[in-house]
Amino acid sequence: MRAFAYQRTTQIRDALNLIAQHDGARFLAGGTNLVDLMKAGVESPARLVDIRSLALGEIGETPDGGLVLGATATNSAVAADAQVRLRYPALSQAILAGASGQLRNMATVGGNLLQRTRCAYFADPSEACNRRVPGSGCSAINGAHHNHAILDWTEHCVATHPSDMAVPLSAFDAVVRYETLDGTGEIPLSEFYLPVGNRPDRETALPDGALITAVVIPAAAVASKSRYRKVRERASYAFATVSVAAALDVQQGLVQDVRLALGGVASRPWRARLAESALRGGPATAERISAAADVEIAAAEPLRDNAYKVTLARNLIEAVLTELAADAGEESNG
Amino acid sequence: MTDDTRSEITLRVNDETYRLAVDNRRTLLDALRDDLNFTGAKKGCDHGQCGACTVLVNGQRVVSCLTLAVAADGAAVTTIEGLAGDGELRPIQEAFIRLDGFQCGFCTPGQICSAVGMLAEHAAGWPSAVTRNGSPHRAGELTEEEIRERMSGNLCRCSAYPSIVRAILEASAREAVAG
Amino acid sequence: MNPDEIVAAVGESRPRIEGRLKVSGSAHYVADLPMPNLAHGWMVTAAVSRGRIRDIDATDALAQPGVLGVLDHRNTRRLNPDIAHHFGPDRSLPLLQDEVIEYAGRPIALVVAETPEQARAAAAALRVTYDAKPHDIEFSMNHPATRPASTLFGPEADTGDLEAELAGSAMVVDELYHTPEESHSAMEPHVATAWWEDGHLYAFDSNQGPFGISQVMASLFLIDPERVHIRAEHVGGGFGAKTICGAQIILAALAAEHLQRPVRVALTRRQVFLATGSRPPTEQRVRIGADADGRLRAIHHHAAFAQSPLAEYIEWCTEQARTLYAAPAIRTELSAVPLNLLPPCSMRGPGASPGSFAFESAIDEVAERLQIDPLQLRLLNQPVVSPVSGRPFSTRRLVQCLQEGARRFGWAQRDPRPRVRREGNLLVGTGVAAVAFIAGVFPSSAAITAETDGTFSVRVGATDIGTGARTALIAVAADALAVGTERVRMHIGDSDLGLAAGAGGSRGTTSCAFAITETAKALREKLGDSARPVTASVDTTPLINWQPAEERYTYSAVFAEVTVDPATGEVRVRRLLGMFAVGRVINPLLARSQLIGGMIGGLSMALHEESVRDPLTGRLVTADFAGYHISAHADVPTIEADFVADYEPQDPSGFNGLGEIGNAGTAAAIANAVWHATGTRHRTLPISLSRVIERAAAQDRPEAVSVA
Repeated sequence: MRAFAYQRTTQIRDALNLIAQHDGARFLAGGTNLVDLMKAGVESPARLVDIRSLALGEIGETPDGGLVLGATATNSAVAADAQVRLRYPALSQAILAGASGQLRNMATVGGNLLQRTRCAYFADPSEACNRRVPGSGCSAINGAHHNHAILDWTEHCVATHPSDMAVPLSAFDAVVRYETLDGTGEIPLSEFYLPVGNRPDRETALPDGALITAVVIPAAAVASKSRYRKVRERASYAFATVSVAAALDVQQGLVQDVRLALGGVASRPWRARLAESALRGGPATAERISAAADVEIAAAEPLRDNAYKVTLARNLIEAVLTELAADAGEESNG
Repeated sequence: MTDDTRSEITLRVNDETYRLAVDNRRTLLDALRDDLNFTGAKKGCDHGQCGACTVLVNGQRVVSCLTLAVAADGAAVTTIEGLAGDGELRPIQEAFIRLDGFQCGFCTPGQICSAVGMLAEHAAGWPSAVTRNGSPHRAGELTEEEIRERMSGNLCRCSAYPSIVRAILEASAREAVAG
Repeated sequence: MNPDEIVAAVGESRPRIEGRLKVSGSAHYVADLPMPNLAHGWMVTAAVSRGRIRDIDATDALAQPGVLGVLDHRNTRRLNPDIAHHFGPDRSLPLLQDEVIEYAGRPIALVVAETPEQARAAAAALRVTYDAKPHDIEFSMNHPATRPASTLFGPEADTGDLEAELAGSAMVVDELYHTPEESHSAMEPHVATAWWEDGHLYAFDSNQGPFGISQVMASLFLIDPERVHIRAEHVGGGFGAKTICGAQIILAALAAEHLQRPVRVALTRRQVFLATGSRPPTEQRVRIGADADGRLRAIHHHAAFAQSPLAEYIEWCTEQARTLYAAPAIRTELSAVPLNLLPPCSMRGPGASPGSFAFESAIDEVAERLQIDPLQLRLLNQPVVSPVSGRPFSTRRLVQCLQEGARRFGWAQRDPRPRVRREGNLLVGTGVAAVAFIAGVFPSSAAITAETDGTFSVRVGATDIGTGARTALIAVAADALAVGTERVRMHIGDSDLGLAAGAGGSRGTTSCAFAITETAKALREKLGDSARPVTASVDTTPLINWQPAEERYTYSAVFAEVTVDPATGEVRVRRLLGMFAVGRVINPLLARSQLIGGMIGGLSMALHEESVRDPLTGRLVTADFAGYHISAHADVPTIEADFVADYEPQDPSGFNGLGEIGNAGTAAAIANAVWHATGTRHRTLPISLSRVIERAAAQDRPEAVSVA
């Protein structure tokens, strides 16, 4: 690990200035990913600006009934928040499905969104990786890629995004709020993560030097009927193989609103808009749910060793939507 | 010229205050172990993937291997050495001994610190991935399934898991009193 | 005190004597022991799987603050090139001697600095270039380099006319089974602190047997074994990975000599994965012929495992086939395939665990095809004497394990048909496996002193890596001396205590208990004389009968219940029950812990563990706990382990070892349960969700398994 300077500040402006004034300066929040990557030699910042003392830890409500998650609110705090649990249960479940209790106590909202892929080739500086060193190649595409992407990958990178939290946020149309020295801005989560293209090192649309200040989740009635299901190689404390965040609102037998997003399948949380369109407006029958899963997964292109993820993603979409449809049926009957 | 890659920090560890100069690269785990001689917290992976380094920082369980010492400046840290007061073991420590909640013992300080933090989280009503229909306003029942899920960040290769779970469950009521 | 008033300590459940230290952070492992003037070494490993080091440019590394030196093959003293280890000559041990690389992860340099941070940063600045050569990591039993394995453990079995019995069988199972490369993954990474004084080498080292390691180090450094002093007071697990003389102590000793100051080498978790030993991958062909009534006629077990070109190794997978069941013809074959892989070393249940998975899966397949209850098939074919050697068993309580286990598990209620039990979306199944694990003792010595204060100091070079050896041996000594345990002071974990078996081969505690028992006998003869202190010591080497007339094994029956979600491939173990015949049990509390721990290791092997290498470079991709999954709390159900009454007549106290048998039978029991749940036989470990879902999806679309 390269030696680095460290500063802690209580003012957003000061933090932004420190980043702007120093080459190689990075924000530090929970550190669960950044410090780890520094040890591996993947990240080597010259300066860390600790933002945990900024007043960005609040979880509050928006005037229109949505929620604002402060950027430095811990994952634990968000998962345990009563409003999150009541109004966006899939978000709480997704966070709780990730990492461990210890790590969730450290990790923050902003850091969770910005965490890097867990592709083993990315984490090993002796390997070729276009995401780490642009133009160096991709070791994973012909390497050990059992848990890599099946959607939206290119020959430049086949890694997946590791966040659980970002999957329901994607389904709920969350918006990332940030601040730069020029002012504040917002990016919908759907545009926050850039497609892999030929520059996988460019991961987000966040402007240079910007600080994420909050994530805003719009009000959505459907979100209270949401669920997150994560499949992984052991029962807990493992990154997703495939995960699904889904919300389903059925009124008079017809799908009023449906949200669906997948984790573990692409370089970003995968919003399953094709499946959503296929379901919206019609009855939530087994046939239509199955067809919706098929239509979303039709675009999947597995690598040599991960075709099982196509089946898994399909089955998981079906299983979670079927459970939600059953819940809706029970509600209308009861 | 001052060296901005080092810092003077203050740590309050087990109710004693320590001032020390650290390389900014130094983790809280290394500072506790090598600078302050609190070697109870263990380095099992140094990547936040095993939980052996778990300590309580400002009352919350964290992995000290991914916590920079400099970032813990001013924090109150409780290590395994600080859990027992005046030679009296806490109920959970007694339960670990009696029910054989360890074998090699290497992960044990992390398991115990994690359990203490976990019990507080549960008492505060925090849910886990296996909490079903939990009320957002009060703690549910602390079942074996709940303990297993909540403790999954602490690996044990000797696999004393069943005894650990039993020890935590048995001690949970008395731990709540011990605070 | 009247000896009659002393409660026998052996057989009593007692908490660990060092328990208080371990729960309060006061048990000091190697990396916890302070050392003045300590320098820190950072190991650097080869990034190619085969080739030569072209150059190691240390210019930048040496220029970094705090750096004391860089050791590599050009500036390191010569070590004994003819060094031997457990299985014969071992060219993996002399480190930093030449440019040759035979596996990725081979230690090639050590950067030493004042602090670990400095050493790590400087190691990252080391510029290593290679002349890579084509490597080979493609393991297969049919590899052109496949050859018979070392016969150090004795000849393989070949009794009866195998082909004739197979030809005469009503049914023949002939299947291939695969197990992957695995990693021991003890929670304590390998670490050593070494220093030299007056030509003596001293070290704190994380190992499973300091005496054995001291002998290897003496041979490696070509010094008198009396001049090597190694301590391992508390060891954070080993599972076999610390039975070998590790890179950490070799490098620490080299650097300490080079710099003339104490040096600690603490491996990172990644380095533990890359450089400290593994369970090798196996491919096993099992052929079993049987009559229609379930009587076995022929058993053929051919196992191949990978090893390194640098050293012999034995993964003795064929042990079950030669002892578990009677059959007129039994043949076993063991093959080794040298590849550019990390040299393997014994991992908990070596040979037995992968071997049992293959063999006991095959036995289950016999039962399946003959439509005989798998428990009954096992009971039907029990031998009276060893089916290969014809010798009697010293004790064999396997039938009792199977019957009592079946009773407790509720086996009688089991519907034998696969894929019939469902709970919601889940398929439920149960399975059983029997297993034997060879038992015995290794030579060890002990010394006991009757002190003036009425206590007894016991000195034995045992190690407690979590086995409970310290606590168990106190009980053994107390009973042998006919005193209470409070009067026994146990000193272990130090090579200066003399010849002692390491904690390995399920023999550490039994071997040291034997030495203590004999020493206590000798001491009691001296106690009539009032002089104190008085000491007796015994070396058991001449007392051990290496050719006993009876075969000595421990036995177990393991029962498992699993659930499978066919839509996702997720397999969960819901119940595990093991019944064990392991001789007289010294401390049931601790023994049960060890057996349950072993069973969970078997669960982990069955469902999670697999080291994955890059198909092109041969480098390990799963070199951390996020890539190499071991069971976590949430994977582990309620587990019952218990004992049938047993006594080992070959041991003066009736003991047998039990460190590994818990591990050995579990994977097969789980695999058999997965078959029962799904109807699909999984012959490759781990039974990961990708394997289960691929099959489930092909034969059973989710529509077909919706809730009835």
